[in-house]
Amino acid sequence: MKATVIVTLKPTVLDPQGMTIQRSVSSMGLTDVTDVRQGKIFHLQLKDGKKEQVETLAKEVLTNPVIEEYRIIWE
Amino acid sequence: MKFGVVVIPGCYCDHDCYYAIEKVTGKPVEFIWHEQTSVDGFDAIILPGGFAHGDYLRTGALAKFSPVMKAIRAFANMGGLVFGICNGFQILTEAGFLPGALMRNVGMKYVCKYLHLRTENAETPFTNTLSQGQLLYIPIGHGDGNYYADDETLMRIEGNGQVVFRYVDAQGQATPEANPNGSLNNIAGIVNEQGNVLGMMPHPDRSFEAILGSADGKLIFESMVNALVTK
Repeated sequence: MKATVIVTLKPTVLDPQGMTIQRSVSSMGLTDVTDVRQGKIFHLQLKDGKKEQVETLAKEVLTNPVIEEYRIIWE
Repeated sequence: MKFGVVVIPGCYCDHDCYYAIEKVTGKPVEFIWHEQTSVDGFDAIILPGGFAHGDYLRTGALAKFSPVMKAIRAFANMGGLVFGICNGFQILTEAGFLPGALMRNVGMKYVCKYLHLRTENAETPFTNTLSQGQLLYIPIGHGDGNYYADDETLMRIEGNGQVVFRYVDAQGQATPEANPNGSLNNIAGIVNEQGNVLGMMPHPDRSFEAILGSADGKLIFESMVNALVTK
């Protein structure tokens, strides 16, 4: 089993990296892209499909709950 | 009275802190390897600046799993003085000793320069030799010093007097121009609710004798000695 953990900043938190990318997007003339938010993706390989271990890792290590949130895609 | 300076792979201000404490306070100081599981015998612990564990994942994030952090948590819970400088501040927020988080600087630049701080609370164990509102000239050097906390937390720490230092201009005004990294309310340093854990982005360990450009940083180390003597 595989798990993909997607970590993003909470919508209420300012994203300096996304804002900087957005400025480049604007200077490229790509007028349709009005906002960029940056995040992280972690690809995990599971031996026995213990989902709770992925939850623990996502919650306690991969995410800082003060500023970030996560979602998990299972396959 | 014995100071301890934590050594984590990737931290490089450990020797600066060691030297600063020795020079300023004349008190015994020892390094504490991050795999140590005890901090018995120490009266104050410094988490120095640098890039602990390479700052991979997030700044300061992986250091909370260093074995010594468990001992430091118990030490802090007993009222022991813990002082995180720069990366040490980031570690203390990631490990939950201090509220909030330190994000990438607004403007994305690593900022390395001397600036002014205003003392917002002169009644902590780290600021008792300072006066309320006293300006300090102390340098920063960081890419992730943008202090963030949600509205409720921010209101709470402001109300409790937990904001200890703010970035200000030479006149002591906390203007947007004086804010080097986008920190909310120009926050440069905070203590926990009990007041025995301080985290700050600026480096007193780089400004404790005139030859470094300023000796203001020594006041913080002297305050710690004061606090320990009168404890």
